[in-house]
Amino acid sequence: MTSVIERPSAPQSPHTPSPVSRLKPNLETLPTLAAIVIFVGMIIYGEIAYGRILQFSTLSNLFINNAYLIILAVGLTFVILTGGVDLSVGAIIAISSLVGVMLANAGWNPFVVIVLMILIGSAFGAASGILIQYFNVQPFIATLAMMFLARGLASMLSTTPERLADESPIRTLSTEWKVIDGPKINDLVTTPNVIIAAVVVIIAFYILHKTRFGRTVYAIGGSEQSATLMGLPVVRTKLAIYIISGTLAGLAAVVYTSKLGIAQNITGVGWELDAIAAVIIGGTLLTGGAGFVLGSVIGALVLGLMNVLITRDGSIPPEATTIITGAILLVFVLLQRLVVSRKRKT
Amino acid sequence: MSNTSSSSSSFVKTSVKQPYIWAIAALVLLLIINLIKDPSYLGISVNAVTGDLSGNLIDILRASAPIMMIAVGMTLVIATRGIDLSVGSVMAVSGAVSMEFMHDAGDGSLGSALMAIALALGISAFLGLINGLLVSIVGLQPFITTLIMMLAGRGLAKVITSGQNTSASNEFFRWIANGTVLGFPVVFVIGAVIVAIVALLVRRSALGLMIESIGINPKAARMAGIRPVGLLIFVYILSAVLAGVAGIFSTASVMTVEVAKTGFSSEMDAILAVVIGGTSLAGGKFSLTGSVIGALLIATLDKTIVFLAIPSSATPAFKAIVIVAICLLQSQRVRALFSQRRARTSTPRKEAVSA
Repeated sequence: MTSVIERPSAPQSPHTPSPVSRLKPNLETLPTLAAIVIFVGMIIYGEIAYGRILQFSTLSNLFINNAYLIILAVGLTFVILTGGVDLSVGAIIAISSLVGVMLANAGWNPFVVIVLMILIGSAFGAASGILIQYFNVQPFIATLAMMFLARGLASMLSTTPERLADESPIRTLSTEWKVIDGPKINDLVTTPNVIIAAVVVIIAFYILHKTRFGRTVYAIGGSEQSATLMGLPVVRTKLAIYIISGTLAGLAAVVYTSKLGIAQNITGVGWELDAIAAVIIGGTLLTGGAGFVLGSVIGALVLGLMNVLITRDGSIPPEATTIITGAILLVFVLLQRLVVSRKRKT
Repeated sequence: MSNTSSSSSSFVKTSVKQPYIWAIAALVLLLIINLIKDPSYLGISVNAVTGDLSGNLIDILRASAPIMMIAVGMTLVIATRGIDLSVGSVMAVSGAVSMEFMHDAGDGSLGSALMAIALALGISAFLGLINGLLVSIVGLQPFITTLIMMLAGRGLAKVITSGQNTSASNEFFRWIANGTVLGFPVVFVIGAVIVAIVALLVRRSALGLMIESIGINPKAARMAGIRPVGLLIFVYILSAVLAGVAGIFSTASVMTVEVAKTGFSSEMDAILAVVIGGTSLAGGKFSLTGSVIGALLIATLDKTIVFLAIPSSATPAFKAIVIVAICLLQSQRVRALFSQRRARTSTPRKEAVSA
């Protein structure tokens, strides 16, 4: 008897959220699924149209060339999940790699240099976080200011390309290890950089999906006010995510510098857009609260593959790449609007 | 100052007026620094034959014209709680279009200059329209919309000129940047006239009030019968057209568009001029006079850095520090204002912070 009476009363209180929560898995995973479909579609299209895409060397190069972008995208996933944004990552790479190369060439211990490069990123991230959290500066203004500060400081150091000495130990991070020795040059190769990126992704995945900190990140993105009222450590978490984003930008600088061996004050112009695009394509809502770190990895690979296809095609001028990236980002942001507005209606 | 703050309305008045008093103070300070370095810095000489004025102050006026344009556009966008990060790229697109057109026309006639200007402003307006439509009708966040436009616009400029820095020669076009009217640089005169027109437009009609009301409370504005869609599209188009004008100004002086450099980091200048002028980044009330003074201050800062032989590549860092400082000041002022309202009857102790 009692169960009959209780039953109608129980769903009455959560009446509004229940249909939403039932729809949530579908609508939330939809953009990520779309990204996977696009990625697979691009591979198939590339294989048919240009050939030599679905083979070890191309795929391992895809990871090797985009290791830095994957790391950046992971960092930005944290930030965008809380509904913020970090525009300073590209400029952080510029200053961090420039400082790193100059110090390494001056004969500093490579480990100290690498740690310092990462810490430079952390420092800029912390500065953004403090501005945003304690002084109520909008995230994009605070990180835009950091972007110009970092870029300006980098320009003060040097405006010409700085070459990392060929024998520098930092370069060992991009040594190519053959995993599978294929015919001719078709080998499955990997570099310590790719492994660093993979470790970053695994740790980020664990933190976001398995820890209290990760759940707080999602809660802040859902509603910062509710998160505060629930007693979650909003201040600490928001500070931490900007530090994470800055630190990973510093790490990306290490990865990028070791691979290319050149640092310049204009390195990384526009990479913030690439990283944001990777995160958005991967299905993280720009307004925060929903998304997956693995989706961001797919997003970064989609962008990397797009560059490969554009190079293979040859008829598209390389200058147009940013227009195409912008257009893809726009399409995905519009797709998100559609998904979110549909979710609200139901 | 602390005496006048007894009533909240006069406090608001002072806090609105304060920013550009500080901007003017900073401007004077910079000029004094220059004056110490070179006692004849402020001298203005008159060319007896042509009646042209020349001197560092005139150079500053000339350099401030493009910043003034983008700052005025940015002021209105920021007043609606938006942001336009694409102004620098629109400048590059506008410069690229006009240079490419005149390069292809190749006749250097007045007609082709006017056509180039019309084309450049038309394309700028179109880019602004896209921004406006995405922000108002689709409802995207302004910063992401204009960030996409910022990078896509830079790409567009490169595609227009096939990645080359394009030069052209055209006497009239060149006159815009290097000529003089009544002794004053043409760019400054055109800039001042455009600012005056925009100011009349928004302040002598209800337009300015409506823009402010969107920024102060979008919901209340909508309930009061203000349609945000048209207004938002208007401000983004205006901002882009003014950026187009700025692009013409800055390419006309060298008659070359450097696709990677023209207008690069100009969005920072514009935002800086706006916040220096006392318009809050949170939207709402705006001050065009303040933004113009902000633009003059930035031009002076640029010239001072060059004059003091500090590497000019460091300027973005200085500007970033200034913008951070102003943001901090603004947030503290907001806090002071709040604590004042809560204890309106008690003594205004916090006045010392903002003073």
